[in-house]
Amino acid sequence: MTSYLVKRLLSVLPTLLLVSMLIFGLQQLLPGDPAKILAGEEQDPNVVAYLTAKLHLDEPLPVRYGYWIAGVVQGDLGESVRTQLPVLSLILQKLPVTAELAFLAMCVAIVIGIPAGIASAVGRGTVWDYAANVFALWGLSTPNFWLGILMIMLFSVHLGWLPASGFVSPKEDLLGNLASMAMPAFVLGNAIAAVLMRHTRSAMLQVMQSDYVRTARAKGLDERTVILKHALRNALTPIITLGALEFGTLLSGAVLTEQVFTIPGFGKLILDAVFNRDYAVVQGVVLFTATTYIMLNLMADMAYFWVNPRLRK
Amino acid sequence: MTFKPQKYLLLPLSLFMALSQGLASAQTLRIGLAEDPDVLDPTLARSFVGRIVFSSLCDKLFDIDEKLNILPQLATSYEWSADSKALTLKIRQGVTFHDGEKLDAAAVKFNIERHKNLPGSNRRGELAPVASVDVIDANTVRLNLSAPFAPLLAQLTDRAGMMVSPKAAQAAGDKFGSNPVCSGPFKFAERVAQDRIVLEKFANYWNKDAVHFDKVTYTPIPDATVRLANLKSGQLDFIERMASNDVENLMKDKKYKVSRITEIGYQGITINVGKSEQAKKNPLGRDAKVREAFELSLDRQGLAQVVMDNEALVGNQWVAPTNSYYAKNVPMPKRDIEKAKALLKEAGVVKPSFTLMTTTASDAQRLAVVIQAMTRDAGFDVKIQTTEFATSLNMADKGDFEAYVLAWSGRPDPDGNMFSFHGCKQPLNYAGYCSAETDALLNQSRAERDPVKRKKIMEQISAQVLKDRPVIYLYHRNWLWAYNGKLAGVRNIPDGLLRVSGLKMAP
Repeated sequence: MTSYLVKRLLSVLPTLLLVSMLIFGLQQLLPGDPAKILAGEEQDPNVVAYLTAKLHLDEPLPVRYGYWIAGVVQGDLGESVRTQLPVLSLILQKLPVTAELAFLAMCVAIVIGIPAGIASAVGRGTVWDYAANVFALWGLSTPNFWLGILMIMLFSVHLGWLPASGFVSPKEDLLGNLASMAMPAFVLGNAIAAVLMRHTRSAMLQVMQSDYVRTARAKGLDERTVILKHALRNALTPIITLGALEFGTLLSGAVLTEQVFTIPGFGKLILDAVFNRDYAVVQGVVLFTATTYIMLNLMADMAYFWVNPRLRK
Repeated sequence: MTFKPQKYLLLPLSLFMALSQGLASAQTLRIGLAEDPDVLDPTLARSFVGRIVFSSLCDKLFDIDEKLNILPQLATSYEWSADSKALTLKIRQGVTFHDGEKLDAAAVKFNIERHKNLPGSNRRGELAPVASVDVIDANTVRLNLSAPFAPLLAQLTDRAGMMVSPKAAQAAGDKFGSNPVCSGPFKFAERVAQDRIVLEKFANYWNKDAVHFDKVTYTPIPDATVRLANLKSGQLDFIERMASNDVENLMKDKKYKVSRITEIGYQGITINVGKSEQAKKNPLGRDAKVREAFELSLDRQGLAQVVMDNEALVGNQWVAPTNSYYAKNVPMPKRDIEKAKALLKEAGVVKPSFTLMTTTASDAQRLAVVIQAMTRDAGFDVKIQTTEFATSLNMADKGDFEAYVLAWSGRPDPDGNMFSFHGCKQPLNYAGYCSAETDALLNQSRAERDPVKRKKIMEQISAQVLKDRPVIYLYHRNWLWAYNGKLAGVRNIPDGLLRVSGLKMAP
């Protein structure tokens, strides 16, 4: 196992190097001169020249990549030209916000999606099944920004229960934090709940037709134990994989939801940076997210090793 | 008594919300911005929203009033030399920066030189004619100019006139923007990028009687609907740039007030008349008669009505018709389809076709669509090309366009709306317009301080440029502000920047 781990860790390095080249290269395909965008309304030629030199835009692409990667290796992701803030501190500022939003959204998705999927599978053809399917269709086809604005209108403007937008740090005010996260977490979780529900339903239907479930029933076990203890456990494997993938996507930022609710997470950071051609921020955030993905993947592989003893041989 | 489960479900939720919202302090003014400001260093800053924050954070040598008159702020008086090549300023006594440092003539000299010399300074062009600065005494400073420059006072009413603490600026170098130290009514407390900027009341402010809030928070919320929802839900006290189609409804609600201020900028269509070879390839860029026909096919009032819900003042120049420098010798032409057709015939073009480039901003796209429909009556075939802003700017700069829907936020002095746009090879001259005669007049207008004589020169410039039509000016948008009805003292300054000094929240 140790040699496998070492091999995997070593393979991460070239992957990350390739990812960094891709991020850097792809960004250069964006049209527009970053120096001109950053020079603002006035377009002072002195400022454009200064920014061109500062960002090494007048140098060949490999040289520019060299400047950037040399900084990255030393833990310096550069600074935002627009706000002068270091990219690493921006990432560390946004990470807890995005992580919290992703976690809460997953909680919403699991709490709604899995029970709805079970109910739909168990009560196949009944009113529960139809209701769960209607919910799934609604969740999948409702645009996040639209649902977000409707929720703001209802819960903030009309009822006055929840803040319309913004983020409150849990360190400052825990209740305020939960209040500010309630709507964005629901909007994001709602869409994922629909996907989870569909997968839970199909996995459960498949499992419930298997021999061991029939045997469990034949042994006289009550239906509740058969479904929750025997069927659901096996049906959960693909659902966990799907949930992990969705969680990974959420960690890279939910652009539209963060924009509507003004949640200062990764999505909003990267969106603003792309429109402002703030290259250092885009590169830094994408590299960070890619690294997180690769590391999570590695951890998942290690977990399989731990769970399945046959792999250790 | 009937059992209502929803009542019991809602009760804890309501309590939870009341608790979480009740923490907002009555002494805090909460402002919603349309964008996140860029760096908070007046020398390096580039964005419009940044100027809104600066108006609370950094005092300037001069300010402007509702009628664009120049008022004293950190400078109490000024005097021009007879040859207009030196401007002497008296600096207000007893003013300190937020770090306790004294604001005197030496600090002013430091700031002007910093604006001119700091690498990447955006103020260098604005202060280009300032050759040197002399400290006469502790409270008197003289700006020596290389050539007379009438717009200088107006430049000092904006970021070029903002003073920062020399000690803090020297210590922070080019990182000053992450912890700015100025001398305005509020001092910098905290910034969380894309979330909030918090300013706290400056106890030693020279005009502290005018400050009635302990704290000001600026929250960037890009979506106008969400910004308004925040105002309505009581999370914000003031929002800038509300959507024009929300004005009518909000004005019916007595809990809110709406301010509309005609901007000092404009909305126009820039036409490639000489920026690149492309100018010669289409009739609009090639022939001034076709451009005149295009203008005559437009109904400006109709455009303002459909695109801006009438929240704009129509105009045909770089300043609004209400501005004292508006050239009355070039009146706004009315829509005249017959004349437009006759001009096209004269030019030998039956169905002129060109591409109108627009950014993805919703009002710019609406404008392009209405123009397309409106000008069809005269025979124009307008194709719309919607392009993301950064890309469109790049294309405009390369001359890779035929016509471009472009707005300008405006400057208090008309020079800021015309020199860089109509002078040969100037950075904002996307049209590629170049006329030796216009250039000479533009330089004359910069040198002339007498407003009457300057206006005469401007009339000549207007007659020339508006005949050549490198830009067709359409209207001047209203800055639309919405705020809590209890907020008193809001001043409608045409630069669109809210002054927090003097604002008061009624109990």
